[in-house]
Amino acid sequence: MLELEARAEPSRLMAWVSPLLAVALMLLGGMVVFAALGKDPIEGFRVFFLNPVKDLYAVSELLLKAAPLMLCAIGLAIGFRANVWNIGAEGQFMLGAVAATGVALHFGNAESALALPLMIAAGALGGAAWAAIPALLRTRFNASEILVSLMLVYVAQLFVSWLVFGPWKDPDGFNFPQTRMFGEAALMPALVEGTRLHFGFMIALGALVAGHAFLARSHAGFRMRVAGEAPEAARYAGFSATRMIWVGLLLGGAAAGLAGMGEVAGPMGQLTDKVGSGYGFAAIIVAFVGRLNAFGILLASLLMALLYIGGEQAQQYLNLPNSISMVFQGMLLFFLLGADVFIDYRLRLRRRAAPGH
Amino acid sequence: MPIPPSTFPAPHGSACAPARLVLQGIGKVYPTVVANDDVDLSVGAGEIRAILGENGAGKSTLMKVIYGVTRPSSGRMFWEGEEVAVASPAHARKLGIGMVFQHFSLFETLTVVENVALALPGSPPLDELAQRIVEVSARYGLPVDPRRHVHALSVGERQRVEIIRCLLQNPRLLIMDEPTSVLTPQAVRKLFETLRQLSAEGCSILYISHKLDEIRELCHTATVLRAGKVSGGCIPARESAQSMARMMIGKDLPHCEHGVASAGGELRLRLAGLSHACDDPFGTDLRDIHLDVHAGEIVGIAGVSGNGQQELLRAISGEEPLAEKFPVQICGVEAGRLPAGKRRRLGLAFVPEERLGRGAVPAMSLTDNALLTAAHSQQLVGAGLLRFGRARDFARRCIDEFNVRCGGTAAAAKSLSGGNLQKFIVGREILQAPRLLVCAQPTWGVDVGAATFIRQQLIDLRNRGGAVLVISEELEELFEICDRIAVIAKGRLSPARAASETSIEDIGVWMSGLWPGAETDVPATETRHA
Repeated sequence: MLELEARAEPSRLMAWVSPLLAVALMLLGGMVVFAALGKDPIEGFRVFFLNPVKDLYAVSELLLKAAPLMLCAIGLAIGFRANVWNIGAEGQFMLGAVAATGVALHFGNAESALALPLMIAAGALGGAAWAAIPALLRTRFNASEILVSLMLVYVAQLFVSWLVFGPWKDPDGFNFPQTRMFGEAALMPALVEGTRLHFGFMIALGALVAGHAFLARSHAGFRMRVAGEAPEAARYAGFSATRMIWVGLLLGGAAAGLAGMGEVAGPMGQLTDKVGSGYGFAAIIVAFVGRLNAFGILLASLLMALLYIGGEQAQQYLNLPNSISMVFQGMLLFFLLGADVFIDYRLRLRRRAAPGH
Repeated sequence: MPIPPSTFPAPHGSACAPARLVLQGIGKVYPTVVANDDVDLSVGAGEIRAILGENGAGKSTLMKVIYGVTRPSSGRMFWEGEEVAVASPAHARKLGIGMVFQHFSLFETLTVVENVALALPGSPPLDELAQRIVEVSARYGLPVDPRRHVHALSVGERQRVEIIRCLLQNPRLLIMDEPTSVLTPQAVRKLFETLRQLSAEGCSILYISHKLDEIRELCHTATVLRAGKVSGGCIPARESAQSMARMMIGKDLPHCEHGVASAGGELRLRLAGLSHACDDPFGTDLRDIHLDVHAGEIVGIAGVSGNGQQELLRAISGEEPLAEKFPVQICGVEAGRLPAGKRRRLGLAFVPEERLGRGAVPAMSLTDNALLTAAHSQQLVGAGLLRFGRARDFARRCIDEFNVRCGGTAAAAKSLSGGNLQKFIVGREILQAPRLLVCAQPTWGVDVGAATFIRQQLIDLRNRGGAVLVISEELEELFEICDRIAVIAKGRLSPARAASETSIEDIGVWMSGLWPGAETDVPATETRHA
């Protein structure tokens, strides 16, 4: 009989193998799903996982999707390290998009070198401001930041809808819920000509490096790691829990807001009520699959982007609903949590008769 | 007078009956260290056998092997004459082996009775079990409320839970790893009565302790370990504490040198009518506490655990700031409302009771743990960035100057033995040259050599003009190092007396809350230690 036995020490090897194992199991599970839906599993695998990397354009689309995931995930990871559970990156993403849109609409079609830098700042501030609400409620009234930040996602969605159906609606837009298209000066420059990949990807990479440096080398990052690993020790050392909640949420909000700005100033070129496309929630998975670590998040965001695009491909070529990518995301997290058990435990074969009897 | 352990005749049980437990050539090899090397041991029915040795001598590893926590790399184990391979603690318990650990294995978020239920086979009804806990705790003089949550219990109280949990299972071999380290003298005496009673009923006991006097009083036989090997055996009653210490550490027991304190010290800590209502319904409210600690003196606070020590420490350290400024004055500054970090900058350093998880972050390296409290005083941070080189140097100094045995500055705090981690933490705090050092349970669970060393460091700090406040439940320790001693009972503090003008007996009485001029409502003994 098999039984789980606690390891004396958590396995470092397993901490790295576990995400890979989860990916492998997700692939296997995916093939089973394809087969169950009456599709050829091999063909499904090809469409879902190989199409998204088949040429330069496909790869650029992959990176385009990965960038906001990276940004949101590294911001969340900083808070998660300190046990600050910001679940509302999706809402902060939308508010970042709204703030950047406000600046872009202000500039209209005017040529101004100020437009983009201002939009970037506005995006970060918008996201941070939205995250400040759960921070304030948590530090003032001890309200759970998990619930508050999550509920604010829906408030943010309604706020965006009100804007694009109301005051910001494009007067020449045939009543579609969207703003005017941004002017040239308010759009992110392309990184590779002929693709949609834009400067936001560099911002995301920069955020990964900065996030890593913050956690590994700064005193503030050190304090947050201590607070996450041993809250009593953080209290003993005199690290302010209040400040950590603020830093965790504001950085997470700012990063998510930047990602939102990158969406409206990048592939969308305007604000619509569909701006929240789930990046903020998917980033939670990315952060954990990436082990709350910058390099891990880089890989995990690429994987997650692959799932998004694979889902679209499956819809296009296999006639499967787009929600198939949600199934894959769910499987990935599920298998990861399962595989993580083996960090602290190992399987052992138990002999039938108890020894010594 | 060393004798081979196996020839000891069991005080109970016939000579031809097999020994309850026999170990032959037990070895345990870890990747970096040989914890046990060819250990032979035989324990008869009803025998109380002491296992003696310094920290890291392999005592705890040997006990873990017997209890099935770890598997030996070599050797054989016989239980009541039959060879066994203990697969797990559950298996050990089924055989009739119980163990009280030095580091507690309790779930903090569960109540006492729930914790006990988890260790028992099946799922006994909690009400019934709570009743049994009350009975056993009354019978053995280990009072504990079965409905309380473990996180709200003091260290001493948690240990009582561990002991009771074991006793409920009617073991035939009881392993006790430092069971008395936080019990009062009265409670220790009660426990010894219990253990003698168990022994008379035929239960064998393996007793690990550093307190040589206790071993002389309680144990029939002793096995001494040094560097993982059996270095000798003896009958403690025929030995002196000094001769056993020699067997254990290979030289004479070290003594503290007191030296001369610098005279006329300025006031470094004043508690001026400190009162604090505890948020925790099971905590102790502090009531009108007055105390002065001057430069160049060590003031000790004695008391049974759970009488307000934790609350007082948090109020002084700033982990729980107060509503008003004046009750806590550190180096002349009214600091009652300041958070812990700001108090440190006034010259306060603090060694907490819990080492892992509070005094040190278990999974982090010693370098990181040096950064924990020394970042500002040692300039280990510059422009908001960590200066790893300086931090490593400082950690290295703590390790070198305080003889910390470890795998270097990169070793995780949790990889150190309790005594070595304590030396590291004390070193980290003292090397910051604090104007005021507050130290809780400085030598809990630390072997004699290291304990003497730590006490000496506290005395040296005082001689250099530092003010030291020690909160300890070991009266002998307080009398050894303190200039003045006060007692805390039920959240009230007695006046401090010069140690030379009082005695262990007097302080023992005060610990019940009965000091001259005390408001006497219900004496603490009746509720805590009936």
